[in-house]
Amino acid sequence: MPIETAPGLEAGVLLASILFCLGLAGLMMRRNVIFMLMSVEICTNAAALMFVVAGAHWGNADGQVMFIFVVTLAAAEVAIALALVLQFYHRKHTVDIDQLNELRG
Amino acid sequence: MQGLLAWVPLLPLIGFLTLVAFPLFNRHEPSQRTVACIGVGSIGIAALFTAIVAISVFWKNPSEIVNIALWQWMLVDNLELGFNFYIDWLTLVMLMVITGVGFLIHLYSVGYMREDADFRRYFAYLNLFVCAMLILVMADNLVLLYLGWEGVGLCSYLLIGFWYKEPANGAAAQKAFIVTRIGDTAMAIGLFLLFYEFSTLNIPQLTAAIDGPDINNEVVTVACLLLLGGAVGKSAQLPLQTWLPDAMAGPTPVSALIHAATMVTAGVYLIARMHPLYLLSETAMTTVAFVGALTLLLAGFSAIAQSDIKRVLAYSTISQIGYMFLALGVGAWSGAIFHLITHAFFKALLFLSAGSVILSLHHEQNIFSMGGLYRKIPLTFICFTIGCACLAALPFTSGFYSKDHILLSAWEFHQGINILWLAGILGALVTGIYSFRVLFLVFLGREGSASSHCNDANTPVMTIPLCILALLAMIGGLLAPPLQAVFGSRPDEDHSAWIEGVAIAMPLIGLAIAWKLFIYQKKSGEKRSSIMQFWFSGWGFDWLYEHLLVKPFKSLAKINHNDIIDNLYKGTAALSRQLNALLSSSQNGQVRWYLATFAVGSVLFLALLVAL
Amino acid sequence: MTLLAIIIILFAGGLLAWLAERYFQAGGRWISLISLLFTTVLLTNYSSFITSTEAITDNTWWDSLKIPWIPRFGIDFYLAIDGLSFLMLSLTIAMGIFGLIMTWNDIQFRRGFFYFNYLWTLAGVAGVFTAIDLFLFFFFWEVMLIPMLFLIAVWGYERRIYAAIKFFIFTQASSLLMLIAIVGLAYIHYINSGQLTFNYNILLEAQVPSDIAYWLMLGFFIAFIVKLPALPFHTWLPDAHTQAPTAGSILLAAILLKTGAYGLLRFNLPLFPESSILFAPVAMTIGALSVIYGAMLAFAQNDMKRLVAYSSVSHMGFVLLGLYALDTIAIQGAVMQMIAHGLSTAALFALVGALQHRLHTRDMQQLGGVWSKLPKLSAVALFFAVASLGLPGLGNFVAEFTVLVGSFRSNHWLTALAAIGLIGAALYALIMMQRVFFGKLNKRLEKPIQESNTADLNVRETGALLVVAALLVLIGLHPQPIFNISDKTVQMSVNKIESALSFQKFPPKISPLQVHSSRVEPTSIEDNTP
Repeated sequence: MPIETAPGLEAGVLLASILFCLGLAGLMMRRNVIFMLMSVEICTNAAALMFVVAGAHWGNADGQVMFIFVVTLAAAEVAIALALVLQFYHRKHTVDIDQLNELRG
Repeated sequence: MQGLLAWVPLLPLIGFLTLVAFPLFNRHEPSQRTVACIGVGSIGIAALFTAIVAISVFWKNPSEIVNIALWQWMLVDNLELGFNFYIDWLTLVMLMVITGVGFLIHLYSVGYMREDADFRRYFAYLNLFVCAMLILVMADNLVLLYLGWEGVGLCSYLLIGFWYKEPANGAAAQKAFIVTRIGDTAMAIGLFLLFYEFSTLNIPQLTAAIDGPDINNEVVTVACLLLLGGAVGKSAQLPLQTWLPDAMAGPTPVSALIHAATMVTAGVYLIARMHPLYLLSETAMTTVAFVGALTLLLAGFSAIAQSDIKRVLAYSTISQIGYMFLALGVGAWSGAIFHLITHAFFKALLFLSAGSVILSLHHEQNIFSMGGLYRKIPLTFICFTIGCACLAALPFTSGFYSKDHILLSAWEFHQGINILWLAGILGALVTGIYSFRVLFLVFLGREGSASSHCNDANTPVMTIPLCILALLAMIGGLLAPPLQAVFGSRPDEDHSAWIEGVAIAMPLIGLAIAWKLFIYQKKSGEKRSSIMQFWFSGWGFDWLYEHLLVKPFKSLAKINHNDIIDNLYKGTAALSRQLNALLSSSQNGQVRWYLATFAVGSVLFLALLVAL
Repeated sequence: MTLLAIIIILFAGGLLAWLAERYFQAGGRWISLISLLFTTVLLTNYSSFITSTEAITDNTWWDSLKIPWIPRFGIDFYLAIDGLSFLMLSLTIAMGIFGLIMTWNDIQFRRGFFYFNYLWTLAGVAGVFTAIDLFLFFFFWEVMLIPMLFLIAVWGYERRIYAAIKFFIFTQASSLLMLIAIVGLAYIHYINSGQLTFNYNILLEAQVPSDIAYWLMLGFFIAFIVKLPALPFHTWLPDAHTQAPTAGSILLAAILLKTGAYGLLRFNLPLFPESSILFAPVAMTIGALSVIYGAMLAFAQNDMKRLVAYSSVSHMGFVLLGLYALDTIAIQGAVMQMIAHGLSTAALFALVGALQHRLHTRDMQQLGGVWSKLPKLSAVALFFAVASLGLPGLGNFVAEFTVLVGSFRSNHWLTALAAIGLIGAALYALIMMQRVFFGKLNKRLEKPIQESNTADLNVRETGALLVVAALLVLIGLHPQPIFNISDKTVQMSVNKIESALSFQKFPPKISPLQVHSSRVEPTSIEDNTP
């Protein structure tokens, strides 16, 4: 049963969507790998926010559990990604993602 | 005694195999003497056997028929063919011509080819030819006949191209084989048709089946015309005559044996052998007669214009075989065969004499370079003169009797003046002109450029066959074979004297014209009037076929050299490559591009879900 | 048991040859030769069936061997031999030996692997000719393909990869169709009878609705005519033949092409007689066109091997024509053509190979006048060229003649058209002789001839070629034994077709019942599909 005192589902979903779109836009527009990583973080956090909002709406703790998972995942992901970025920079002396197109067909 | 006949084709085959297998067992080429013994000996013994059988078996009983069954060739469903021989007088006559004249020409070749390095190969081919020719005439079914038929074609090909280093010889050989093959294919289809209709290809059975009721005359006509196609190809008649003049590229004894005495008359033999079939079809008979009449005239006129001694003889051969076809077409079967025999004698004689001339002049063949040779090679001159007289059918030569027979038959056939008879008479005139033209130009008149260095090249081994053939050509008219048993006898009719008179007069007029025109003709000879040029080219048939058939075929083959159908598959492959390039261009390695397409794709997918 | 032994010996011989080459130089070819000779000895087990006149046994098969393989799907390891199989098997082994001897010294690298592939191809083909279970047939059909692919791709000439891939795609794509047809046939038989089997003998009796039968027949047909090859699926052949090493060309020409013809005769005609009758005019047209088209292309080639390859298209057209004439004589002729073409073309490829080995070219523009330098080789080539143009007295003539006589009874015009191919054969065979062997010695040849001290055919080559030549003469003059051997198989197909024909012409009075039963079938399919 939904809890009445929640700040409003619509607002939460809207915020999460905007955040996600921002992250996606950042991903598509930035060429700097670091900024792309940050955009990915925004996307994951938007998703995590969505979990929390939904959990609050349905009065279910699962949403918050998922949030913890997402945060852990994000941390792990950032660790690996930063290592990759470091390697990338080491080899190419650049952080421009467009230079990294060796898998083209 | 009759069993000896089976040895007749076998002996030349053994000769051929021995000669071919020689290098397998011996490192060195055998001596010419050995080769000559094998090559000539095998034919000689075959001729001897034929003579023995002829005297002991056939002489007493002209209607004798000998069947020799060797083995079962094919037996599938109702197709039953044996490797069997069937010998009646017609076959026997052919056997005697082939082995007899063949033996003389083999003997002559020993002298003619004495300086050739490929002596062994020559005699091997020649022996194989005789073997195939004998099988052709002895076959008791049409397929076995076809075996011999193609076999002689092959040997003809090999011998025309015998001096293979000259590309022109090879071209002539190919032309000969392919043109005759066109006829042979028609003949093969004729065999299929006959088998379809009568369920047998055995000649005696076929001729027996024809007596039966409800014979489909149209089928018989078509079959006869198809067989005629084969005969026309092999015998160099219109419209497949173009190969024979070119075939003169071969050694001269080969021209004598294959392209005058035996192989080219195989068409005549075929039609004579199948005559009960032809009797059923008026159309086929008329066609045969007109092919003959037309050919004898066309070739005769061409012969007048030739400058190469062998080409003159080649055209005269075509023309004389035209006479034989004319005879066949008017139902004078035995007349055709009689002319075949005498023609074999005098044409072999002419070719062998021409060979002596050519050899004496160190391979000069242009008649305008010759002249006045009668003093230098008198024996050859005498032989050639006898040959020419026979060819022109001067009275009391062998050619006279046989040609007269044909002309009378043509007259009888329509009971009066008719186109066929007129063609024959005109042909006789033309024959007189060209045969004496060549005689005068070569042996009489002024000396030509090549006459001065003429050495008599005749050796005894060459003169003996020449003399025997000259004798045969003289008395051959008395040797009319008793063929009534094969063809049935015809009532003798009285002819008014003027017909005989015309037949006798024509060659003499021809002789006179030739004397007038050519005896002291200037030796330039190269300037020809346009009509002569047209005749020289054989009535433009070569040109016509070149443009009508050969060139279109060659260009078509050239266009399609790379197999157009392959383009279908190459196209498919190219299309897949293009598609691959298209798709792989989206795989550009740009993460942001992937991301964008991913985002767009997801949105579209979601939209699709919502819309549904 | 003999059949299994033959196949096993070939497979094992291949493996051994590969191993042996590591330890002994030339061990591979000796082992190959020995195993092939051993199979020959095994084949003589069947000599009693040859000499005995027919009708001694009612049994169709001379010998058979049946071992359950995948019983769940009704698949058996089922080998059997009859007259046709015996002929094909003999041809396979004879030509295997011939190819081996003719190319005794040709292979310079990875010899062990070469002989491995060589023998495995032969083993696959032997399997194809004896497999009676359709699935097993398909299995061997694939087995013979892969080693052949390696033979072309590894030891071939300039454009070997292209040729190998083309060969592979054509045969693989077409055999996929055959697989579908096999499974479809087995499935329909299963629906109708409740018995899942791939056994040829049982499937012969399968009742297949005519429209489905037509499609299944087409599946088999395409697979087989790609292999044959016939228009318009022939284009892999010139490339594969030309680029394959000599031994590979011999295998391809003499044996692999025959699997297509064998399949048509063994499977297409008896399994789908009604559809075959319907389809016969089309197939005969394809055959006749192949004859003409192949001859014409052969004439246009400059590459000697390509010329011979296209001549194969032309010759195999006669086989197709003969088989679909649906006439005893014509089918017998087709069988004869398979053998005669195998012998003559294999020899021609061997000769081109020998020529290329000596003169380092097979381009006819670079050749000419070879007769004066290599008289023996040229004379033998003349013999086989003449055989290939169908000279009477040699095997090819008997074959072509019987094909044409027989097919003339079923279709006049197409036969007449195909007969024109006889002229075409003369054209290409003679043009080859003229351009390569006759004429003046080509100036470009003087150098290689001087440098390599070119020798004429040696005893080994002469012997092998003369044996093949003698066989062709023997077949040409006395073909009756072969007709007798294959008679029973051919008769079986023809009987099938004739009964189908008589059924069409005079449908029996119980036909309403038949229609009724065929009406029942679709419902039963629906019942079983889930």
